Amino acid sequence: MSITKMVAAALLRRGIVVAAALMMSALAPVGAQTIRIGMILTYSGPDAALGEQIDRAVNLFVKLHDSDLPPGVKVELIKRDDTGINPDLAKRLAQELVLRDQVQILTGGQWTPNAMAIAALTKEAKVPFVTMTAGGSAVTLQSPYVVRSGWTLWQTSYPLGEWAAKQGWKNAYTVVSDFAPGHDGEAAFTKSFTEGGGTIVGSVRIPLKTSDYLPYFQKVKDVNPDVVYVFNPGGPQATAFMKAFDDIGITKSKIKLIGPQDIVYDDELPNMGQSALGVVTLGEYSPAATRQANIDFVAAWTKAYGAESVPTFFAEAGWNGMHAIYDAIKAQNGKIDPDATMKFLHAWSDPNSPGGPIRIDQAGDIVQNLYLRRVEEKNGRLANIEFATIEQVGDPWKVFNKK
Amino acid sequence: MTTLITILFFGVAYGMILYLISVGLSVTMGLMGFVNLAHGVFAMLGGYATVTLMNRIGIAFLPALAIGCVLVAVLGFVLERTLYRHLYGRSELDQVLFSFGLILVSVALVRIAWGPVAQPIRLPDYLKGQVTIFDLALPAYRLALVGFGTAVIAGLWFAFDRTLFGARIRAAVDNRAMAQSIGINTSRLFAAAFGLGTGLAALGGGLGADVLAIAPGYPLQYIIYFLIVVAVGGLGNIKGPFVAALAIGLSDTACRYFLPEAGSIFIFAFVFAVLIWRPNGIMERR
Amino acid sequence: MTTMPVSRNVSVTIRFGVIRSGLIRLLKLLPWLVIASLPLVLAGYEPLATQIFVMILFALSLDLLVGYAGIVTLGHAGLFGMGGYTAGILSVHGITDPLVTALCAMAVAAFTGLVFGVAMLRTKGLTLLMLTMASAALLYEIANKATGLTGGEDGLQGVAFSPLLGVFAFDFRGKTAFFYSLTVLFLVFSFVQVLINSPFGWSLRGIRENDARMAAIGCPIMRRRVIAYVIAAALAGLAGALQAQTTQFVALHSLGFELSGNILIMLILGGSGRLYGAFIGCPVFMLAQDQLAKQDPANWFLGLGVILIAFVMLAPGGILGIAARTVDAIKMRRRA
Repeated sequence: MSITKMVAAALLRRGIVVAAALMMSALAPVGAQTIRIGMILTYSGPDAALGEQIDRAVNLFVKLHDSDLPPGVKVELIKRDDTGINPDLAKRLAQELVLRDQVQILTGGQWTPNAMAIAALTKEAKVPFVTMTAGGSAVTLQSPYVVRSGWTLWQTSYPLGEWAAKQGWKNAYTVVSDFAPGHDGEAAFTKSFTEGGGTIVGSVRIPLKTSDYLPYFQKVKDVNPDVVYVFNPGGPQATAFMKAFDDIGITKSKIKLIGPQDIVYDDELPNMGQSALGVVTLGEYSPAATRQANIDFVAAWTKAYGAESVPTFFAEAGWNGMHAIYDAIKAQNGKIDPDATMKFLHAWSDPNSPGGPIRIDQAGDIVQNLYLRRVEEKNGRLANIEFATIEQVGDPWKVFNKK
Repeated sequence: MTTLITILFFGVAYGMILYLISVGLSVTMGLMGFVNLAHGVFAMLGGYATVTLMNRIGIAFLPALAIGCVLVAVLGFVLERTLYRHLYGRSELDQVLFSFGLILVSVALVRIAWGPVAQPIRLPDYLKGQVTIFDLALPAYRLALVGFGTAVIAGLWFAFDRTLFGARIRAAVDNRAMAQSIGINTSRLFAAAFGLGTGLAALGGGLGADVLAIAPGYPLQYIIYFLIVVAVGGLGNIKGPFVAALAIGLSDTACRYFLPEAGSIFIFAFVFAVLIWRPNGIMERR
Repeated sequence: MTTMPVSRNVSVTIRFGVIRSGLIRLLKLLPWLVIASLPLVLAGYEPLATQIFVMILFALSLDLLVGYAGIVTLGHAGLFGMGGYTAGILSVHGITDPLVTALCAMAVAAFTGLVFGVAMLRTKGLTLLMLTMASAALLYEIANKATGLTGGEDGLQGVAFSPLLGVFAFDFRGKTAFFYSLTVLFLVFSFVQVLINSPFGWSLRGIRENDARMAAIGCPIMRRRVIAYVIAAALAGLAGALQAQTTQFVALHSLGFELSGNILIMLILGGSGRLYGAFIGCPVFMLAQDQLAKQDPANWFLGLGVILIAFVMLAPGGILGIAARTVDAIKMRRRA
């Protein structure tokens, strides 16, 4: 036989083998049903610690609730790194997760700019998206396939303005980071504080990449307001802000510092040291809370990650988000239909989350208790101690902008 | 009035940091004609060295700063002898690419060694808080920065104008061929000048850890400012960059205070205007 | 008489030449056709492929400056972003036709290139390099602050383009985007090929090699450089518009220093001054980044930096340079 004929025969044999293998895999028994969930978080860069909190919470939930799933149903988490505030990368990652990895649910969406870009994609792709820690109100408006599990800045800033006005403070200065959640927080606080009789004597939006805050804060000090409303994205920036306030002398002066929970990010409190003492914030979760659900949560957390590790509100948002997703999977017995999932999620509730009773409303936002907390020293460590509760607050912005 | 003085103070402090870091770049660029975008790397390493020596080993601030500078200067010297010297005659593109590659490598190594978060500088107690001078409350650290910076700059200028080393550098910048023909060992001079320049950058990086945060992205984030100082100030001299650095420090700080909505727009527009007027820098060397 | 046999030889030669040049032209089209059939073979990779096409277009525009005109710029993303934001902002305000907005983007980018070019190109060396960086940084800051217009850090929201030619909609699957960007790339590549082989193109190369001599023979250097800069700016703006149209989003990142640096690296990896360098450097860079950066961005930076330094010290000319030298070496050996 000629060489060409031998080669042709060999190729034909190989072709038959390959075809057979392909056919076999196509006919493979569908025993285990795998639900693919795409999670886009920040795993690298200066804010990686924030993403790590969410990641740890999700991993912990999956580990502890594996048996909750219907028999034969498995969950596969596909994780992607958006490296920080990077909306175009986040959008591309989401697109690839949907097209290449065929995920049925998207989650993560750590930053508002990223979550907005991902949410816009889900409208066309019809993939349910549970955004965990994006605080901009507009995210849930982007598509009918988005719900959130964390908070919005309007939620954590509007009641704060009301409270501040009630304290008798007349002048306020707002200092926020220059991106959507910062703009939201500034608008929310301004609205409620002025409605309560106060005046905003100055406002500044600090670019995200700034490293020297002193000139901005010097202006605040010179204006000498009663109270300063501050917002930054938490993590290391929270410490940088607090240190700068200390350097400029505001923390030791009569000027009060308040803001949403981000500015006293629990993980960073040890780094902030004494400069953070006495700062009052509004948030839906503090690891120092004394309700039973939280004590169990913190116990499970420290068992998994060490006694020195502390779950922050980022972790709580991740935990709750995963809880909602798992409940949706259970309700549909492993067969994810996008519209059915959304219907379920819009009516989902958990009376016993680590942060208290929560539920998701028709707009896709989270309705939860908010707590006023003060930074105090407890057992030798700084913690956010809750001293007042505001029950079941939704997203005020949606209320004011109802069409 | 106090506002103006405070702004002046912050601006001068910032300008001094920029100057300390950039003066080395101006000298080496004028001397070797090498476009070294990686200059920020040495400032960053100085910052990391200082912070690590202070936080991990417990050395006091000033000695840590000094040791950090020496370490980085030695590193600079070694890099010049091993890598940089092979690229002196090469095209501008090659030099840009090489220094860019060096930035990427050092950013990666720093990130692996120290992690991605900015290094907190734990100042000694006497540098924390505020100091009141003539009814003006100023941050102690910045005050020390200005004082120390002034001393270093005065020393540098003296060394440049009055010592033999300084004279040799000035000669080589003016006319390298002539300098070589009168017996100046330019090769050794380059290495020494490079070491000095990088050591100064390290000093600026360590001192300025409060103003320019020490994080892996440092060389990429701030290189534009160092280049602006050098280009506006003029290559190869050390007084021009001082004026340029002060101008940038003052205008940037004033902008942040009075016009935060403008951000850094003003700085860049200002730089364009100056360089169109004087393409070789405000203090042209003839 | 010998006219008959000669003319027969000549006609045979001419016919053979025509067939051969036709074959060569077909061969040059082949890779394009192969790439165009990619969606049939590899589904789900259209968005990545589209992104690569956009980057190749961007790198081509940079090659005009770096490889041919000898202008090293670390601020080319400024023009890319100008094009992207122009297209995006127009679409937000109601002008959603892809081709119209692409042309507007080119015009705006070209104008920006003209303004900055005239200001910058009279300087050289470090000053020029720094000014290119400053020009992009200036545009970045303006976009950052003009939040009402650009969305600032959050990116431009609400970008949506109408179907291409009224028929092909931009969906999230990316097929329209794929063919659209491939076609534009093909057209631009053909244009650039003609441009660099024209007298203008050759004068650019002359200016790059020795501008004193070019001036001596009466070439208007400044004008040529500015024209080159404007053309490169227009093409970069086109790439930016394509990016906005195919991803339905514009972010500050498209004006950033990182992008300027990356595109220069992509070009150098492939080899500047040889038009095909962009076609090699971009896919290699982006595929490597797609795979490696997922694990740990620090390792990606490290690898990239080492490769860059190695290329500069050992293998100038990029991948194509290595290929060219290998081919030359083989030819030499064959001759010997």
